[in-house]
Amino acid sequence: MGLLSKKDANLIIDPLTDNNPITIQVLGICSALAITAELKASLVMGIAVLFVLGVGNVVISLMRNIIPSKIRIIVQLIVVATLVIIVDQVLKAFAFELSKTLSVFIGLIITNCIIMGRFEAFALGNGPWKSFLDGIGNALGYAVILIIVGFFRELLGSGTLFGIPVLGDPIEKTGVYATGYENNGFMLMPPMALIIVGLIIWVQRSRNKDLIED
Amino acid sequence: MIEHLELFFKSIFIDNMVFAVFLGMCSYLAVSKKVATAVGLGAAVIFVLAITVPLNWLLDQYLLQPGALSWLDPEYGIGGSQEMDLGFLSFIMFIATIATMVQLVEIVVEKFSPSLYNSLGIFLPLIAVNCAILGGSLFMQSREIETLGLALNYGVSSGIGWFLAILAIAAIREKIRYSNVPAPLRGLGITFIITGLMGIGFLSFGGMLTGGDEEGEPSTEAAINTNDLKIEDAKELADNTKIVK
Repeated sequence: MGLLSKKDANLIIDPLTDNNPITIQVLGICSALAITAELKASLVMGIAVLFVLGVGNVVISLMRNIIPSKIRIIVQLIVVATLVIIVDQVLKAFAFELSKTLSVFIGLIITNCIIMGRFEAFALGNGPWKSFLDGIGNALGYAVILIIVGFFRELLGSGTLFGIPVLGDPIEKTGVYATGYENNGFMLMPPMALIIVGLIIWVQRSRNKDLIED
Repeated sequence: MIEHLELFFKSIFIDNMVFAVFLGMCSYLAVSKKVATAVGLGAAVIFVLAITVPLNWLLDQYLLQPGALSWLDPEYGIGGSQEMDLGFLSFIMFIATIATMVQLVEIVVEKFSPSLYNSLGIFLPLIAVNCAILGGSLFMQSREIETLGLALNYGVSSGIGWFLAILAIAAIREKIRYSNVPAPLRGLGITFIITGLMGIGFLSFGGMLTGGDEEGEPSTEAAINTNDLKIEDAKELADNTKIVK
C-alpha cells in the first residue's frame, strides 16, 4: 500500500470486519433491511450510501471549523439531504424501475444513523482525507452486510441472483428443483432480514470472542 | 369514519413501523434495555409524529406536489403555462420541518412543563434523526393520504405502533437477562432474532382488514363453479359410459 499509510488503511479495513457499522456499532439498520429482498436493490443502496457518506464526510470535515456546535445537527441534515436528493434524481433519471422498488428508502438515507454517526464521531474532528477514507470504509462495511443479506434472501427466496435464475426453473422442475427443492417464499418477507442479520452477528461473534457482550 | 378506523388499525398492526418496514430501528435497538426509558422514547415519537406528519402533509399539498402552487396563481397549476413540480425538494423540506419542530417542541415543553421535559426531554434531540419520523412523512406522501385529518390519524397511529413495538421488546429484553443465551448471541444478536420472530407474529395481522370483505363472494363463486364442474363431469361421465356401452 504505497498510497495509504498503515493507519489510513485501517480506517477502511476496520469497519469491514471488527468495527462493522451494522453488526457492531448498530447503526443504519433503519433503511437497510427492507430493501434486501433483491440483490440488485441491496447493491444500489450500498452504492448510494457510499456516495453520500464519502462526499458528506468530506464536506462536513471541510466545514468543521465554521459550524457552530449548537446548530450542527441541522447543518448536517441539510448536507445529507442535498446529497440524497442528487442520488434520488440520478436514480429516477437512469434507473426508474429500481427507484420505484427502493421508493422511500432512498429518502431514508438522510436519517440513516451511520451517516449522522460518522459525521458526529469522525468528520467533525478530522481532516478531509481521513474523513473520506473513514466514510468509504464505513459505507463498504454497510454495503457488505447488505449484499450478504440480499444474496441469501434472493437465492433462497426466489432462486435467482440479480434476477437471473441460478437454481433452475421452479415451474419446469429443472436444476435443483428436480430433486424436490422448493423456494422458501418466507425469505422475501421482512422479518427474515432481521433473522439473517442476527445469524451474521452470531457467526461473527463466535469467530471473534472479543466482541461478545456480557 | 370507517376509513379513519381502517387507517388506524392498519398503521398500528399491519404496516407496523418496526416490524413491517424497519423504521426507527437504531433507537429501537439502542433505547430498549429498560421499559421505563422505552416508554419515554415511545411517547416522544407519538408526540412528534402527530405534529410533523400533518405539517408535512400541508407542505406537500400546498407547495411540493405537481401543480400544488395553483393557489398562488392558476398559471402554476396542472396544465397552466408555468406548471410547477417542486417534488424534488420534499426530502430537504421534510427534514428541515422535522428538525425545527423538534427543536421548537423541546423549547416549549421545557418552558411550560418541566416535569414532562424531564421525562421526554433527553429523547427529543435523538428523535430528529429517527428514521421513523422522516419515514412517517415520506410514507404519508407516497401513500397519497387524502385529508389533513387522515394525515393526523396516520401520524398518531403509526406512532402508537412504534410505541407498542419498543415496549414489547424492552419488556422481553428485561426478562431475557435471566436466560441462558449462547454467548455470541447475547445482546444485539438475540434482539435481532426476537424482533424477527415478533415480526412474523405481526404478519398474521395481515388478514385483519382484507379477510372479511373478500371472503364472501369468491367462495360462493367458487362453489357455483364447482357445482357447474360437477354437473359437467357428471354429464361427461354419463356420455363416456354411453360410449362404453
